[in-house]
Order: sequence, then C-alpha cells, then structure tokens
Amino acid sequence: MLYRETGQFKTSYKADMAVFPIRQDRIGLAVILLLAFVATPLFGSAFLLSAVMIPLLVFALAALGLNLLTGYTGQLSLGTAGFMGVGAYACYKLTTFFPEVNLIVWILASGFFSAAVGVLFGLPSLRIKGFYLAVATLAAQFFLQWCFIRIPWLYNNNVSGAIEAPVRTLFGMPITGPHATPELRYLVVLSIVALLTWIASNLVHGRVGRSWMAVRDMDIAAELMGIRLLPTKLLAFAVSSFYCGVAGALMVFLWYGSAEPEVFSISQSFLILFMVIIGGLGSLIGSFFGAALIYGLPIVLKSLFPMLGLSVGAATIEHITFMVVGAMIIGFLIVEPHGLASIWRTIKQKLRVWPFPY
Amino acid sequence: MSNQIIGGPGLFSRRDDSVAKGEPLLTVENVSLRFGGVRAISDVSFDIRKGEVRAIIGPNGAGKTSMLNVINGFYHPQEGRISFRGQTRRRMRPSHAAAQGISRTFQNVALFKGMSTLDNIMAGRTLHMKRGFFWQLWRHGPALDEEIRHRRVVEEIIDFLEIEAVRKTPVGKLPYGLQKRVELGRALAMEPDLLLLDEPMAGMNLEEKEDMCRFILDVNNAFGVTIALIEHDMGVVMDLSDRVVVLEYGRKIADGAPDEVKASQAVIDAYLGVAH
Amino acid sequence: MLYNIFIDPFVQMAGAPDLLVQALWDGLVSGVLYALIALGFVLIFKASGVFNFAQGIMVVFAALTLVGLYEKGVPAYVALALTLVVMFLLAVAVERVVLRPLVNQPDIILFMATFGLTYFLIGFGELVFGGNPKAMITAQLGLPRGVIDVEMLGGRVSFQKIDIAAAVIASIMVAALAVFFQKTRIGRALRAVADSHKAALSVGISLNQIWVIVWFAAGVVALAAGIMWGARSEVSFALEIVALKALPVLVLGGFTSVPGAIVGGLIIGVGEKLGEFYWGPLVGGGIETWLAYFIALAFLLFRPQGLFGEKIIERI
Repeated sequence: MLYRETGQFKTSYKADMAVFPIRQDRIGLAVILLLAFVATPLFGSAFLLSAVMIPLLVFALAALGLNLLTGYTGQLSLGTAGFMGVGAYACYKLTTFFPEVNLIVWILASGFFSAAVGVLFGLPSLRIKGFYLAVATLAAQFFLQWCFIRIPWLYNNNVSGAIEAPVRTLFGMPITGPHATPELRYLVVLSIVALLTWIASNLVHGRVGRSWMAVRDMDIAAELMGIRLLPTKLLAFAVSSFYCGVAGALMVFLWYGSAEPEVFSISQSFLILFMVIIGGLGSLIGSFFGAALIYGLPIVLKSLFPMLGLSVGAATIEHITFMVVGAMIIGFLIVEPHGLASIWRTIKQKLRVWPFPY
Repeated sequence: MSNQIIGGPGLFSRRDDSVAKGEPLLTVENVSLRFGGVRAISDVSFDIRKGEVRAIIGPNGAGKTSMLNVINGFYHPQEGRISFRGQTRRRMRPSHAAAQGISRTFQNVALFKGMSTLDNIMAGRTLHMKRGFFWQLWRHGPALDEEIRHRRVVEEIIDFLEIEAVRKTPVGKLPYGLQKRVELGRALAMEPDLLLLDEPMAGMNLEEKEDMCRFILDVNNAFGVTIALIEHDMGVVMDLSDRVVVLEYGRKIADGAPDEVKASQAVIDAYLGVAH
Repeated sequence: MLYNIFIDPFVQMAGAPDLLVQALWDGLVSGVLYALIALGFVLIFKASGVFNFAQGIMVVFAALTLVGLYEKGVPAYVALALTLVVMFLLAVAVERVVLRPLVNQPDIILFMATFGLTYFLIGFGELVFGGNPKAMITAQLGLPRGVIDVEMLGGRVSFQKIDIAAAVIASIMVAALAVFFQKTRIGRALRAVADSHKAALSVGISLNQIWVIVWFAAGVVALAAGIMWGARSEVSFALEIVALKALPVLVLGGFTSVPGAIVGGLIIGVGEKLGEFYWGPLVGGGIETWLAYFIALAFLLFRPQGLFGEKIIERI
C-alpha cells in the first residue's frame, strides 16, 4: 500500500521524463544514499567496509562499465580486466611521476587512458559483430596483460613485477597505504562510484543511451535513421573503458593496496561479465545487484559451512562456489534471462497494485 | 533547417523548397545492382516527383526492396546514378541519406525491440538533436530542454497515429499492427522529405489497412511528405498512388498512372503469367 | 629496427632450415590440438546454433575423469570406456538441464549459459578429482612414447611419437565425422537441424535426440583432445586459456565449417609458433599468449566471413 503512484500527476514532460518519476522511488534512493554515506561508515566494522563494501562498489563500477558496452550497446567484451589494468597502471605511473597532484584527480584521469585503449580495440567493431568481436576484446585482454608483465617501465622496474600504491593523502589524511582508515577509503570509493553512476544514468536516459540501444537492437535500422554506427560504438567503448579503468585504479589503490598482473587476468573479465549477466544486461541497478551476488556469494558460503557445523577446506569451498555460480548462471538464464534487474522490476510492478493482482 | 516546432498541423517546419511541387525530387537513372552473379536490378530508371505518392509494385523477388535499399544507401549499385534534390551520387552511407531527408519503414518490422514506443520514436529525432556528449553527461539544463522540445514533437506524432495508450510499452510486446504504426511514427519523427514505405500493410486485417491508408494519405496531404510505397494489395495501390512503377525480375516493365499501368499488357503478363 | 622485423627473421629461417622445420612441426602439432577443440565447437554450433564456450573445459573434464578414474584403481581401458559413459551422461544432462529449457532463446543467452556450464564443470571436476595437475596415462593406454630424431637439412629435427599418433588419430576422427555427417540418416538430420530448428521439428526430427548426439560427439572429440594434450603437458584447468585459442581458429575457419576448423587450427598453430620463435625475442618473448588473436583479427578485417564462409549479404 505504501508503494502507490496514485495521485502523483505529472503535469510536464520534464516530470514524466525524470529518472525516478515515482515519489516513493525518490524517497527510497535518498534513504539508500543516507545509509551508504552516513550509517555504513559510522556503524560498519572495518571488515564490512574494507572486505565487503569497497570490493562490492569497485566490482559494481566495473560491471556498470561493461554493462554500458555489452548490455546497452550490444558489443560483447571479454577484455574488461585488461581495461581495468590500463586504468590501474596509468594511475600508478601518473601518481609516481606527479606525486604532488591529488590521487583522486589521477584516478579519474586514468580512466581517459583506458578509454583511449578501449577505442583502439573497439575499432574492429565497425566490421565485426557478435561472437567475432569477442576475438578483438580477447586480443586486448591478452595483449594488455602481456604488456603489464613485459614492460618494466609500467611498474617502475620493481623487482617483484607488482605495482604498489604509494601513500597519498586527502585533506591531510592518508587514503592509501597501511595507515589509511577503511572509513575514509570507503567514502572516497563510494563518492566516485555514486558520481559515475549518476553520469551513466544521465547518459543512458538521453540521446546517447537511445542511440546505443538502437544500435544494439537493430543496427541497420539505426543507421538508416541517421545514427552513425562507428562513432556510436566507439563512444560506448570509450565510456565503458573509462568506467572500467577507474574501477581498476580504485581496485589497486583503495582496495588491494598493490597488484600483480595476474589481478587483471581473463578470469577477472569473466567474473565481471557474470555480474552483468546475472544482474541484468542493460540495467544500471542490475550491475550493483550482480556485483553483490557474485562477490557476496563466496563470502556467504564461507561463513555458511562453519555455521552448519561442517568443517570444509578452503579449496573445497572454492570449488563449491564455482559450481554454485555456474549453476546459478544457468538457473537465472532459464528463469529470468533478463537478470536480477528484471525480477526487481516485477516486484515493483506487483507492489504497485498490491493487494490486487493487476 | 530549423528545429522550432509549433503544435497543430504545422508539425513539419522542415520545408525544403529547393524542389517545387511536381518537380522530380528523386531520380533513379540506369541503376543496376548485382550480388555476385545474381542481377537484382537491371538498368532501371524512374523518378519520384515532389508531393506525390509513388508506388513500386511487382511480383515477389522483382527487386522492389533492393530498389529501396539502393535509394537510401544501404546497397551500392554497380552502375547508374541517383539524384536526390538535384544532388547526384552513386555511393552514399545510409546515415548520410537519412541526414538528407530520406526515411523509411521496413518489410519485416525493424523496431528497436528492447525500447518503448516513446524511445523508438524519440530515436527517430536523433538527427535533429544537437546537444553534444558533454551536455548529455549533465542532462539537466540544455540537454534536458532539448529532450523536452523533441518530446513535444514526438507526442504530436503519437497523437496523430493514435498510439497514446502504448506510449511506454516495450515495442516487442505490441501486436503486429501497432508495431507497423510505431515504425511509421519513427520514420515520421525524422521529418523526412521522402518517405519510403516497404509493404506498410503486409499481414494486416482490413480495418488495420484502412487505418494505415488514412495515415499515409494524411502524411502525404497534411504534411506534404513525398512517399514511395511498395505494396502488394492492388486495391490499395490503385487508390493511394499518383503514379506506379512496375518491376519484374529486376527490370522496369511499366511506369505511369494507375489506370495506364493496369491496362498494360506487360503488367498483366507479369502478374497472370503468359502462355509461351 | 626495420631490418630486425622484416629481414632478419627470414635470414634466420634460411640459415637454419632444421630449426624452421622443427618450429613448423611444433606449430602443426599445437595446431592439431586447437583444431580438435574448434571441431567440438563447430559440431555443436552446426547442430544447435549454440556457441559452446564450455568446449575447452569439456576437454579438461574428459581428461581429468580419465586420469582420475585410473588413479582410483580402475584399469586404463575400463577408465576410457567409463569416461565415454560420463561424457554421454554429460551430454544428456546438458540437453535436459540447459538446452531444453532454453530453447528458442536468443543466441547470446545460450552462449552465456555455456559460461555457467564452464564454471560448473570447473568446480565439479576439481571437487571430485582435486585441483592438482595430473600426468596423463599415456603408456597405460598403449599410446606410443618417445622421440624420433631425423637428420635433415644439416641438423636434427625431433618428432614426438605421441604427436604423430595425435595427428593420425585426429585425421581418422575428422574423416569419420565427415562420413557420419554426409552419409548417415542421423547426419542428414543433423544438417537439417542446423538449417532450421522449426522445419526439422515439423518433419519429425527429434531435436532433443540430435542435441544429445551432437554433444556426445563433441565430448568424444574433447576426450581425444584431452588425451593428446595431457600427453604433451599435464592435465589441469590451465587448459582453459589454451581452449580460448579455439576462438581465433573458428574465426579463421568459419563457425560452421569442419575443414575450416582444421585449416584454421593449423594456421594459428604454425603462425604463433613461428611468430614466437622468430619475432618474439624482439619484444621480450611470450607473445604466444596474444598473437593468435591478432592474426585472427587482421584476417577478419579483410574477410569477415572466414576462410570457407560465403560472402555475407545483409538483408533488411
């Protein structure tokens, strides 16, 4: 009964075209933001913040980036981790070259580097479609990972071959390195993710998003209507890679603290693709759902077995996680090919008319 | 070319007067199109005059749809020339043709299935939207104002086509007849000078056909859009069109007013078969 | 620099032809492996239109089952037979659990479902047989081992006997498949299904039966690939990365062409070995990981329909 739009009349196209046209949705969003920005850092434990929330937000951002490309524009990409790596290494080089500039500036700037690389590997999309395009993105994935290993300049010739986040501060407080508090790191990640999500929402609700979806749904018709395919696809590659690059930089600097090239391997790309599929192709909120489910599931399983009084080795849990994730993907595709986001929409629809069936 | 749209019958402000009514808007000269060894179109010439309804008819496989594809730049003919508004070209990208003012509907509905009716028609306004990427990032302000301006136009089209009720429905869920109507709406949203309709009434019942005929005539009369039409229903063709061109096996076998064409021996042979 | 890229490698090739032959042979052998993995893809794609991402994992899974059963005390040949049974059960399970409920869904959904299958098989295989790499039971299966050294071109080129056996077995399998497709009733049904599911159904072909057969055939091909590959290195899920090389192979050969898969596999195998051997040192080596994709990509830009595919005419 609470979720009703009765009596909320829209008197202008502006009101009708709002992202959240229903008042209860706007209230809900405000509550979520309040919880995320105030309650979680105030009351959340260090474990919750640094081992659950930060990773979840980072993955959600990467999934969102991939969703813009695969879900909205229909260009399958298996190279997400490679683009994340570009962001991470770009940020590392930038902040070690210019340590005096604020790290957050470099994190956002690193996105432009991965955007450029993304455009480069998106060029074949003019002639190649569907599964064939997967080859181009796989080329990016393996080539970029090879670069991270073979070009010592990228990791400042460290003997370990890894990049390590140097200590950087924000308003005098460290945000990276061992002394950074989880609360501060969390807030930085959350702010960036919130900002980029808002921008993504602006894009997909306007002309750009419509062009992307038009290309996805029927590229020939889109072209005959004056939507130029290559610029549209390349823009999707650029924006998507930008998001992935920022996610990669956040991952290394505000979550891991250091990273080896292995972090940006193909299995990471697949993981993010699963998040997008399970969350829902072509849905922003779905990216968050998907990240929560795929990242959260192993954590839940890990704590579930001891709770049931079973002592199971870590390796076994990992194997079971693989099985469960695999089975879940198949299950979701059978039950709801459009992912968690679609289930979410159905629930909202049901709520609107509850307690009547329609 | 201006984007200022005012309500009422003046839906289309984009009036291009470089071609006077009754003069050829589009000329097809000696066009031939081959796929490997298959000749889809051989040496076809005809013109479409500004303001008329021009029908292209012929048996299945005669090359009608290929002809439309050539006109809007999707296929590139090996020989021949096409002039639109006096500009001549052989090869052109489809998006360029769209920018020049040619829009179309498709034989098998080619809507954006994942998008709502509203978004489909809004997508037709893409060419008229000017706010660049960096305005879109922000969306509020100029980009949103622009959206709202175009939304008004789109709503007029929705009113005109009587599809208000399905405004926010994903088009994949609409019945076939309505999908055809939405597709017409999307093509209209481009404010074309020349509208190509590929079998707009295929698979419709009588009532739906009558509606569609009314819309086509209104588009032609009230908005002054030149129309090229492929249709199999001869009754519709004879009633709607000003002139008819008949294709068979990729060649032109007749061209003229509906009555002339109906009387032509070549056309009768093509449709009814001929004893050899 | 230009000399190093465009001339020096060829000088090296001409200077030491025995090394060139060795590199070519090594390339051909890994090409056979790629071709076999790609062959499994093609079989399934032809008959069900499913782009089976799990084919690479099926290879590992088959090899792992074989070795795992042997380690549990089952005699080698019995283990082989049991593995075939397991692959058949897998085919039935896939048809029941994955394909049947997802019939008529868009291609991309089915493709994603095989991702799920991949993950499930990885977890399942490791859970049952453990995650440690295992040695293939080459000798116990009666496969030849050892090396033949041939003196030629002023040097010595060595051929692993197992590689020769692999090439022979692969050729026999391909020939058998070709006969099966062209000459038998089931083969004709398979081709009918490949053309149109609905039309095939309407003339009384059982889709479910066909799918089980195809997935089983792909499983048998996977087992063969698994044995061969296991004999060359060891059995572990690291093959997942190798299996991805089947994608460029398919791109070269076309998704539905059996000869394409073979020729594509050999081209990719030879191309990346030569590239690694002669051009790799210029950039620090290790280019084998991505060279195949770039070869395929370059090829795609000029011939989007693959080696044996027909020219694509877009219709609307």
